[in-house]
Amino acid sequence: MSKEPRIIAFCCHYCAFTAADLAGTMRQQYPSNVRIVRLPCTGKVDINMILEAFQAGADGVMVAGCEIGSCHFIHGNVRAVKRVAYAKTLVAETGINPERLEMYHIAASQGPLFAQRANEFTERITNLMNGTGTAEESESESGTVEANA
Amino acid sequence: MITAERKPFDEIYEAVSKNGKILVLGCGSCVTVCMAGGEKEVQILANQIRLAAKEKGDTIDVTEHTIMRQCDREFYDEETAKKIREADLVLSIACGVGVQYCTEVFPDAVAVPGLNTKFYGANLEQGVWGERCAGCGQCVIASFGGLCPVARCSKSLLNGPCGGSSAGKCEVDPENIDCIWQLIYDRMEQLGRVDELEANQEIKDWSTARDGGPRKIVREDMKL
Repeated sequence: MSKEPRIIAFCCHYCAFTAADLAGTMRQQYPSNVRIVRLPCTGKVDINMILEAFQAGADGVMVAGCEIGSCHFIHGNVRAVKRVAYAKTLVAETGINPERLEMYHIAASQGPLFAQRANEFTERITNLMNGTGTAEESESESGTVEANA
Repeated sequence: MITAERKPFDEIYEAVSKNGKILVLGCGSCVTVCMAGGEKEVQILANQIRLAAKEKGDTIDVTEHTIMRQCDREFYDEETAKKIREADLVLSIACGVGVQYCTEVFPDAVAVPGLNTKFYGANLEQGVWGERCAGCGQCVIASFGGLCPVARCSKSLLNGPCGGSSAGKCEVDPENIDCIWQLIYDRMEQLGRVDELEANQEIKDWSTARDGGPRKIVREDMKL
């Protein structure tokens, strides 16, 4: 690997951000190159935030929100799923591999899952940067990765 | 409102990529409402062009700007004029009217469209727009319970329905197009006026529509 991938993680305050915090409390290891941007809800994620992250040099962008049905704002995470799917098409149009963008659902109690997703996504981006593969097959089917609670 | 959809990105990029400095110019009226050419879409398209240029190794300086209406001279203020003059190319994401009017106001500017203009439509639900008017210049909907067979019948029949109406749907696209003649009959029945549909409609004078050539409205009382 030539360099550490730079990853921006847009995380919901009520779930994934808390899970990331919990991961730290539980001394779970995840790559330090995953930089978290805390949002009040993934429904706050704007397509331009994603595009600007790539423009600013991010190698990968992950959006992590609550599990479906658990959004603090009822539908914010569902909207984020749709928005990320649309952002993937916009990103692909510019010539960037859309697998560099992914949506995850992680509950506040799932610290280890946050660490696992962060590790998986970092590995995916590293592979893409090295040209040694695409997204992990286990994740790429639906385009949206559901947490197994 | 006038509705529009963004052109395929490849087509847009090909049009702009040979220019060093471009202005993505949005319009704050119809195309903002139909989420195709407003301030937010300007930002998205500008970001996409920057990303694509970075990926392809092109050097394009992209400026973003949106005015209230590109089809109205008064909204081209000094700031807008400066940005248009400084750009090698204006990528206008207004409807076709706005793109043309931009170069009418600034004859030295080169403007290309970023949208495909579609139709006069209504917002049926968030993210869905449907055609309601064809701008034929001689409104006939009073005779049809307030529904327009010119815009909403695939054949613009004034004495419908045709044989392609089945289960209230149009044979052109049964999944997406209602037979407007079914809706007209339903509506006229509701209004207790269904007998009016017995009368044959005369041949429509299409000279008031596009068939009469490009149209113009002149209000002498309003001219300065």
